[in-house]
Amino acid sequence: MEKTETTALSEKQPAAAAVPFTAMSVIAPALGWLIPGAGHLIQKRWGRGLLLMASVTAMFAIGIAMDGKVYKPNSGDLLDMLGFVGNIGAGGLYLLSQALEWGRTAITYAVADYGTKYIVVSGLLNVMAAVDAYHIAIGRKK
Amino acid sequence: MILALQLSHFSAAVIFALFASIVFGITQRNTQREMLRYGAQCFGWFVIGMYLAGWLMRLLHH
Repeated sequence: MEKTETTALSEKQPAAAAVPFTAMSVIAPALGWLIPGAGHLIQKRWGRGLLLMASVTAMFAIGIAMDGKVYKPNSGDLLDMLGFVGNIGAGGLYLLSQALEWGRTAITYAVADYGTKYIVVSGLLNVMAAVDAYHIAIGRKK
Repeated sequence: MILALQLSHFSAAVIFALFASIVFGITQRNTQREMLRYGAQCFGWFVIGMYLAGWLMRLLHH
C-alpha cells in the first residue's frame, strides 16, 4: 500500500513541477514589465490589466508630480542603488522618466520624499504584476 | 517641477494604500471575489496601521 502511494507520488511530481514553456510565458511578463498591465491585457484579462495599468501608472505619475526622486544606476551609494532596483521595475515608465529628465530636482520638503517612495513602490508593484502575468501564461492562475 | 503636487501626509498615505491594495488584490488571489475581498482587507489594514503608527508617534513625541 505504502509502496503504491510512493510510486503514484513520484509519477505525479514531474508532471506537476513541469512548467510549459510557451512564447506567451516570455512575452507576457516582458511586456507587462515594459508597459504596466500589458502582460494581462495581451492575455485578454482586460479588467485586471486596466486596473494594474491605472494603479502603477498613477502611482508613478503622482510620485513625479510630488517632486519625487528617480534614482540613477551609477550613483555609488548603496541605498541609491536599491532605489534604482525599485525604479527599474517600472519598466517603460522609468525609461520615459530618464528620457524626459523627470525626478531630477533636489528634495526640499517632506512630501517630496513620499513622492520618491511612490516611484520606487510603483516599480516593485509592477514587478508583482509582471510575475502574475507569467503565472497566467503558464496556467498556474486563471 | 514648478507646481509640485502638495498632498498632506494622510492623503498621501491613503492614496498609496489604495493603489498598493489594488495590485495586491489582483496579484495575490485567484478568483474575482477573493481579489476584491483581499484588496479591501489590505486597504483596511493599511489604514488601521497608519492610524496606529500616527498615534504611536504622537505618544512618543509628547
